[in-house]
Amino acid sequence: MSDTSVRLGKTEVGAVGGRGDGTEVVLDVRDLRVSYVTPRGPIRAVNGVSFALRRGEAFGLVGESGSGKSTIALSLMQLIKPPGRIEGGQALLDGTDILALSEEEMQRVRLAEIALITQGAMNSLNPVMRIREQIIDAWKDHGEPVNGREAEERIHHLLRWVGLQPEVARMYPHELSGGMKQRAVIAIAISLRPKVIIADEPTSALDVVVQRQIMQTLRRIQRDLGAAVILIGHDMGLMAQFVDRLGVMYAGKLVEVSPIREMFRDPIHPYSQLLIASLPSLAKKGQFLGIPGLPPSLLDPPLGCPFHPRCPYAMERCRVEVPALELKRPNRLVACHLYEREEGQA
Amino acid sequence: MPLGYLLRRLTVFLLIVWVAASVNFFIPRLSGADPVRERLLQMAAVGGTGTGTVEEVVKSYQAKFGLDKPLWQQYLFYLADMVRFDFGVSITRFPNSVAGMILDALPWTLVLVTVATLMAFAIGSLFGALVAWPRAPRFVHVLAPPLLTLSAIPYYLLGLILVYFLAFTWRIFPLGGGYKVGTQPSWSWAFIQDAAYHSILPALSIILSGVGFWALSMRGMMVTTQGEDYVTFAEAKGLRPRRIFLRYALRNAILPQTTALALALGHVVSGAVLVEIVFGYPGVGNLLYQAIRTFDYPIIYGVTFMVIVAIGLATLILDLLLPVLDPRITYHRT
Repeated sequence: MSDTSVRLGKTEVGAVGGRGDGTEVVLDVRDLRVSYVTPRGPIRAVNGVSFALRRGEAFGLVGESGSGKSTIALSLMQLIKPPGRIEGGQALLDGTDILALSEEEMQRVRLAEIALITQGAMNSLNPVMRIREQIIDAWKDHGEPVNGREAEERIHHLLRWVGLQPEVARMYPHELSGGMKQRAVIAIAISLRPKVIIADEPTSALDVVVQRQIMQTLRRIQRDLGAAVILIGHDMGLMAQFVDRLGVMYAGKLVEVSPIREMFRDPIHPYSQLLIASLPSLAKKGQFLGIPGLPPSLLDPPLGCPFHPRCPYAMERCRVEVPALELKRPNRLVACHLYEREEGQA
Repeated sequence: MPLGYLLRRLTVFLLIVWVAASVNFFIPRLSGADPVRERLLQMAAVGGTGTGTVEEVVKSYQAKFGLDKPLWQQYLFYLADMVRFDFGVSITRFPNSVAGMILDALPWTLVLVTVATLMAFAIGSLFGALVAWPRAPRFVHVLAPPLLTLSAIPYYLLGLILVYFLAFTWRIFPLGGGYKVGTQPSWSWAFIQDAAYHSILPALSIILSGVGFWALSMRGMMVTTQGEDYVTFAEAKGLRPRRIFLRYALRNAILPQTTALALALGHVVSGAVLVEIVFGYPGVGNLLYQAIRTFDYPIIYGVTFMVIVAIGLATLILDLLLPVLDPRITYHRT
């Protein structure tokens, strides 16, 4: 991949864990475990995931379908439905564990503190309600004023902020294009100025031009708000343009967390290496590489490292011992036995 | 509302009525039965008159009713009569006018079946929505199996069971009829009370059997709707469960239900035939049943034509109302 083909994010962010590096951590996810109960046993969709988000940071999560990305998003909102269940872990939002909140408490936190832009945002709007109604609906239940000039001005300002005409407020979703719908969803998500925005594949089903516009809008708003964003997806190009750090998921686990530039230049985990190598590039035209094999069944995951059956460097140790996500190089967290733990840092 | 849309819908409505009325004319004639002869032979069998005179009477009646004319002429007369809502006179209860008989029976049926249908729709839809709602109160899930079982029982059978226990064994409600024997229908308060009292059992049998139907289809729609992204996003907005239930899930799930409701309301004028028979209710259903038994064509025509017009009207009203309920539907031709 040539360096010019990818516009990298803003200044490099320092340490990985976010702990003790001076920048304030807004969301600290620790050992999150989510299972789906099936008659054949529990499916461990998210199996001990930890990461920290700093204020204003854009953090990407990539992985194959079923690797647990969307489950992380839903569990952080406490929206996992049966047969799914949050088995354990913490998510500290400014020090409060939002996974431990009651449903009533969580209702107040949603949107106001942590907002979710759902997957398939094309259908995220109620088809029989005007955009205005769908914005103020949320305000009503969060105790915000919804009548009078001030509220109207807030709606207008909000719509302009995401690049929509104020007239959109009076329209129904079917009168909007896909990109406009997505902007309206973003407008609702940011309407109470949340600290964390989770965007779960916000641009799926949009064409690349609109994708880029939406992502630029999202980035602009993120900077205005100073909010942290978790961007979930599997489009590596989009990640390269948008996020500061990237987490690579495999079979319900994070296998590598690295600053985006390093991730592309020098992926450490064998899975990240294969993932990056599989991207089509201008430098190596005509070559398409895949990763042989299929992701493991989460019902009956392999012993040891979940990636070992597909890993070209698998050793005896990989078949028996699960590698922990550790600091292997400065700023680089990797779960792999091939590398020695970096000394000196926690 | 654009005038063009209204005119288009009206044209379709008239077309439907005409086609259905024509089918209505030809179908009974395929049975080959001669109502006048049937009736006179019945009377002859009872009274012992000779069959020789019957043939003469038949001829004179056929001339009177126009049954001796060619079919196409009968058809044209029929259409002209239908336009004026003139269904002629009853054959079996000559010389009562059919329109008058229907008018007498119609209020009974309209009130009973409309109210019962609307109640079954409201209760059933709400209940079905709650059954599919995970946060619904516990009693909903306890009540669900018996109520759904009731819907599998035909309503006339349900009616018989209700009559047996509530009217015959325990004598809480009257056995049948629309009002107390011996009273004359009037608009007095006492009479209305009495009529309402008589309508409870038939209404109950229609509601109990209807609730399950509405609940089942609503439940299916609710399950689908709850999987929609906009419900997940509504939850992510931190809305209260009640608002999500009413404004997002139920509001969208009810849309297909309204179509079924409009059609059900169109059928109201024909009455709940079997319920009316079981309860001896003086409604249109009973009238129709008696008419079919005695090959009383004018009444059959009249009632069937009323049903056609009612269903046509119900669909017309639905067509005009749907764009209000669902903004995705417009009055414009696409």
